[in-house]
Amino acid sequence: MPAADAYLVNEPAWCPGCGNFAIREALAAALAELELAPHKVLICSGIGQAAKIPHYIKANGFNGLHGRALPPALGAKVANPELTVIVESGDGDTYGEGGNHFIHNIRRNPNLAHFVHNNQVYGLTKGQASPTSDPGMTTGVQVGGVHTPPLNPLGLALVMGAGFVARCFSGEKEHLKDTMKAAINFPGYALIDILQPCVSFNKINTHGWYKKRVYYPEIDDQENFNRALELAGQWGEKIPLGVFYNKPRPTFESAQPALTGEPLAFRSHDPRDFSGLQKEFF
Amino acid sequence: MDINILVGGAAGQGMDTVMNLIGKTLARDGFKLIYSKDYMSRVRGGHNFSQLRISAKTPWSAAAGTDILVALNEETYTLHQDRLSSPGRVIYDPDQFSLPENETRGVPVALKELAVEAGGKVMSNTVAVGALLLLLGLKTEPVEKLLGEMFAGKEKVITGNIAALKAGYDAASSFCRSCFTMPDRGEGEKLFIDGNQVLGMSALASGCRFLSAYPMTPSTGIMNYLAAKSTDYPLVVEQAEDEIAAINMALGASYAGARALTVTSGGGFSLMVEGLSLAGMIETPLVIIVGMRPGPATGLPTRTEQGDLDFVLHAGHGEFPRAILSATSHEDAFYRINKAFELADRFQTPVVFLSDQNFADTHRTVDPFDFSRLDFNRYLLQEGNLESPYMRYRITDDGVSPRALPGQFAGETVLVDSDEHDQLGNIVEGAEERLNMADKRMRKAAGLAAEMDEPDHYGDPHPEMLLLGWGSTYGVLRETVDALSGAGLKAALLHFSDIYPLPRKRLLSLLSETRISFCVENNATGQLAGLIRRETGHQIDRRINKYDGRPFTAAEIIKEVENHAGS
Ligand SMILES: Cc1ncc(C[n+]2csc(CCOP(=O)(O)OP(=O)(O)O)c2C)c(N)n1
Ligand code: SF4
Ligand SMILES: [Mg+2]
Repeated sequence: MPAADAYLVNEPAWCPGCGNFAIREALAAALAELELAPHKVLICSGIGQAAKIPHYIKANGFNGLHGRALPPALGAKVANPELTVIVESGDGDTYGEGGNHFIHNIRRNPNLAHFVHNNQVYGLTKGQASPTSDPGMTTGVQVGGVHTPPLNPLGLALVMGAGFVARCFSGEKEHLKDTMKAAINFPGYALIDILQPCVSFNKINTHGWYKKRVYYPEIDDQENFNRALELAGQWGEKIPLGVFYNKPRPTFESAQPALTGEPLAFRSHDPRDFSGLQKEFF
Repeated sequence: MDINILVGGAAGQGMDTVMNLIGKTLARDGFKLIYSKDYMSRVRGGHNFSQLRISAKTPWSAAAGTDILVALNEETYTLHQDRLSSPGRVIYDPDQFSLPENETRGVPVALKELAVEAGGKVMSNTVAVGALLLLLGLKTEPVEKLLGEMFAGKEKVITGNIAALKAGYDAASSFCRSCFTMPDRGEGEKLFIDGNQVLGMSALASGCRFLSAYPMTPSTGIMNYLAAKSTDYPLVVEQAEDEIAAINMALGASYAGARALTVTSGGGFSLMVEGLSLAGMIETPLVIIVGMRPGPATGLPTRTEQGDLDFVLHAGHGEFPRAILSATSHEDAFYRINKAFELADRFQTPVVFLSDQNFADTHRTVDPFDFSRLDFNRYLLQEGNLESPYMRYRITDDGVSPRALPGQFAGETVLVDSDEHDQLGNIVEGAEERLNMADKRMRKAAGLAAEMDEPDHYGDPHPEMLLLGWGSTYGVLRETVDALSGAGLKAALLHFSDIYPLPRKRLLSLLSETRISFCVENNATGQLAGLIRRETGHQIDRRINKYDGRPFTAAEIIKEVENHAGS
């Protein structure tokens, strides 16, 4: 097994104490334990603090546009389904700017592992509310406090038909690592919403705040949709962690005739073999 | 003599069926055709018409007059009877409406009744085709054969349609047997194909493996064409949730090694603009086909314009190299799309192909394409040249960094970044690193410029009067030049396929010797004329613009030329 450290590259430009460090370490350990060679892994991200992760993990990386981490991941899967593709971004990136892609890729069900660093705030742009900010939080923009109810990412994912839905906390690194491994191995779209303290801009949902609330509920049956939905809805005094739902369904790739056999990226091609395309026009 | 057929009716009445049957049959016989559509943005009702022109010389644009009018409803007769030539004929259904008493050109055929007798109301267009064949002095057998191929395996549909065809033929026979003489035909079978189908076919043959797009007229036909092929060819077609997803999916696929395409129209391209800039920054090949229609906003969804040249020239924040191509004809488009893919891969930058409704929806007869003229080079880093660690953005003299794919080399990773980056792809903010990388990217523009084809020069080698154009107006401008030359004028056309970086050699040499130049564009502001002015300092003498959503006719251009030239 390769050492987890072998997957760590560059000095992260995050604030000391940020929850992102633990998420990075958990990911490195998960990749090491799964013995995934860096050149066979692709991390797609958008823009934000979380989205800098491709620079800090040894793997292929596509650090694209704000909100647009999922579409290139889908495209890359089409070109080369043999790549292990991980999508990683912030809560603003994923649930705000990229909300439409979030909804529709759950429907598509491509074989992607999606790790959302949910710090309930826009970190990189210095502390505005995100779609998951708790009501009442005041910021430089939400001067009277957030008054829109938060988006429930796990509930939304379940209702849209996601096959693997989990919640983790950066302060529970072992559990996070194991859940990441399960998500990567899951055949289809797998979402982990990762609670991540932002020490600089989220003074409400701090490490201690999460630590006091998180717990591991009994989950006897990971195919029990109603129980999963109930857990996804728990927020406040007690916040459940774990894989709430785990039930594969047919993937995007399995519906594409062109995706069997050698990856499209590496197939040979000769235009002369295509002259038969003219036939139907005679 | 040319023969011009106009079929009109409400949306949903199936003008297409008539034109496809006749058009394909004639193309098989070597006749030269153009079939263009004038459609409203609705699925039922309204007034739509299509025109088929048959000519001994290659026809380049729809004619102003009509010889045979197939009026599927009364409105078609009312709207178009004034363009009907005097020996012309009107095929119509007397059970639906009657013609004015003084109208002597009517060929009444009970389209609906005969269709019902043959097997069903839906076959009334086949009845009309039968009547058309008789008027043209043609036999029914070739169409019967075509019907057999089209509905192979559905015996009842075939026999019904053949009965309908013959019924129409017989019903018309007492009116006008062979009262039209067909123009001479060319040699060999021809393809009967529309612009979108040419674009799709060329993309697939050029090695395109992924199309992600969101439906938008007039480019949806490319999606339809390629989707139909995705069951049998190495190709995935995905309808994206929006155009932002479409372009970002295509970029992901291209990054990971599949030649990728996205297609749209102006409104969708607006949503793609940030992605276009990303393609420039991460230096990932991408071909975008923008089928233009009149804007702003939703504009005239089913009509034509060349209003988005300035937009695609300037779209995208920041500075990065790009190429913009268009095509003079269906033949040119076939090879031009291949060039778009090759340029995108070679220079690792976005290439926009500008189509428009006039090109996309127009069928023409063309000689078979030569697939051996299509190139397929991936311009990827070869194992022997790999230096470790692999650097995706290695600084090079021509600005092109050796490109590797994720997973191509064991132990090497490929990092692309929308932030400014170093040679490895990692985020940087240093002034010098920024300059080095910005310069590297922009150096590719010179390479692109060297690949641009000079515009097509048609007509007098040393013209006194020079017409300029780009894209789908080529045909009508050729016909204009023919007419002006026929009238004794020293006229020529200079027509651009490759538009940007602007090829200037032939342009400057011709501009220096002509007495008067006209830039003819399907837009209001003269965008090519503006580009020429910006790039060369030359002011084109006169602009001829049309922006009512309809394509030019030669007569309109000639009139404008005469007005201007006289003044
Ligand atoms: C199109 C676009 N809009 C806005 C921005 C500015 N922006 C960058 S990151 C960001 C929000 C980041 O929040 P989140 O995704 O939660 O990531 P975090 O920094 O909290 O990890 C915004 C608004 C941008 N880069 N691009
Ligand atoms: S701003 Fe917040 S999220 Fe960003 S690095 Fe600092 S602590 Fe982490
Ligand atoms: Mg955030």
